[in-house]
Amino acid sequence: MDELEDISRRVLVIIPTILGAVTLAFLIIHAAPGDPIRTLMGDYDAPPEVVERLKQQFGLDKPLYVQYVNYVASVLSGDFGTSLRTGREVLAEILRVFPHTLFLALGAVVLAILIGIPLGMISAVRNNTSFDHLSRIVALLGISMPSFWLALVLLLFLSVYAGWFPLVGAGELENPLSILHHLFLPALALAARDAAAISRLTRSGLLEILRQDYIVTARAKGLAEKIVIYKHALRNALIPIVTVISLDLGYTLGGTVVIEAVFSRPGLGSLIIQSIYSRDYPQLQGAIMFFAFCFLLVNMTTDIIYKFIDPRIDYKRAL
Amino acid sequence: MLRQITDNKAMLVGCILIFIFTATAIFSAWLSPFDPFAQNIRFRLKPPGETYWLGTDGYGRDILSRIIWGARISLTVGVVAVSIGATLGILMGLVSGFFGGSVDNLLMRIIDVLLVLPTVLLALVIVAMLGPGIFNLMVAVGISNAPRFARVIRAEVLAVKKMVFVDAASALGASYMRLMSRHILPNTLASILVLSTLRVAQAITTEASLSFLGLGVAPPTPTWGSMISDGRIYLRTSPWVAIVPGVMIMLIVMAFNLFGDGLRDLLDPKLRGSKANLAR
Repeated sequence: MDELEDISRRVLVIIPTILGAVTLAFLIIHAAPGDPIRTLMGDYDAPPEVVERLKQQFGLDKPLYVQYVNYVASVLSGDFGTSLRTGREVLAEILRVFPHTLFLALGAVVLAILIGIPLGMISAVRNNTSFDHLSRIVALLGISMPSFWLALVLLLFLSVYAGWFPLVGAGELENPLSILHHLFLPALALAARDAAAISRLTRSGLLEILRQDYIVTARAKGLAEKIVIYKHALRNALIPIVTVISLDLGYTLGGTVVIEAVFSRPGLGSLIIQSIYSRDYPQLQGAIMFFAFCFLLVNMTTDIIYKFIDPRIDYKRAL
Repeated sequence: MLRQITDNKAMLVGCILIFIFTATAIFSAWLSPFDPFAQNIRFRLKPPGETYWLGTDGYGRDILSRIIWGARISLTVGVVAVSIGATLGILMGLVSGFFGGSVDNLLMRIIDVLLVLPTVLLALVIVAMLGPGIFNLMVAVGISNAPRFARVIRAEVLAVKKMVFVDAASALGASYMRLMSRHILPNTLASILVLSTLRVAQAITTEASLSFLGLGVAPPTPTWGSMISDGRIYLRTSPWVAIVPGVMIMLIVMAFNLFGDGLRDLLDPKLRGSKANLAR
């Protein structure tokens, strides 16, 4: 019962944030300097009656608070508006491209875990050896290099020179192999930073735990080193790593914006960039809001999962 | 202090690199061998060699000269943006932590909303609202950094305001303004300094990302991000055009990360191993 109460508390707390995100999206079009219709028209000098008609069509002739209430009401009923560029429904367009972004973000997180944890573990176990020094330098470079540049370097060596991976695109949704083939390089470029962060954290966490008394006891009673590392040390070192991974999933979603541009992949990020270039404000507002919802959903889910991993967490006290 | 810096090798490397980049940015007019804007189609896409040390780009412009001038933009945007973000964030965090109650609640909900978008995306949206250009870019990157400062400063203020010397100053009749500016703020400076250094690295990457996407500083002004973007089309035939500016971004970001990590160890041993440097 307590768990249920905790979870509902967690869900309730994000409602004001969701409302705030909707307000932020509303402000995008209204805080931009100048008349939104003139902005949409660009260099085209439209006659005043055309501008008036468009204002009426978009509801921009009404007072600001009426526009705001209408906007919130339509968003809450699932109507994100119509794209000015394509004339299609904004939400339908978002849902069409979203799987590509989701695959990219998930792929990057999986790669970051697969690279980061073993690298950090070996580094900690072989503390102060040349492998440790090398992996720490690699982690430092991984944290410092911009993902879009790494993406270009990977493209140059693995696609252009070696020809192992396709240059652009996201593959066909019906063909899982083609998706994975197109996914590897962008996911790797996006994962580098997180892999470096995870490897640093695994190394420092494991080093600290390996100094604890219960590890000395485990070794003293003659347990094999493998069991000491995997069963006794790594399990406890993993808790802060889970936090970083869950925090990073949301930010990895953000990183997809630039990576999608490098690989000309369809996705939420590409949609946002396209909407900015073509001043398609309803599409931009919708994509930003969808992004915010996803981010909040990821955070909320990881918070709830985290409670099951570490029962010491009490949200009643945290809130 | 100087001794502690020289003892920490990683921090020393960061310090030296920052010094080199800053000197390059200040003296770019004297250091660059060619005019960074001068186009020479006859010498386009020349590989690194004796005359053009780092080669030339698609318009025949010297890459080394553009890298040297680009350092000025990157550092200026990084430092000014973080100053804007720090000022806004410190004000919000200070007021929020000090007064608590409904003020704190309101400010923290605003921060929560700004934090639902990752830094790059928030900066992207603000640039889309304000339009491209170096000033708008600095404002956008600055605002997108403010929530992180506000969170950290608020937590610090909450801890400091419970200390006895604050009670003592309050009992002596110090005003709220005086309590905040003379007693609480100076005690949060270590965190502000560490976070600022680490956020400069982040701001430089954000600027490069926006310039790469064509939403940063307008061409032909040389920025490292836009140079990588220009080099994309020649990746197959002349990879140096895109590779060299990326190495520079990596070095400068690494320098600020190393310096920030060292500074954290130096100023506040409590923060050692914190995730501040990993947070985006």
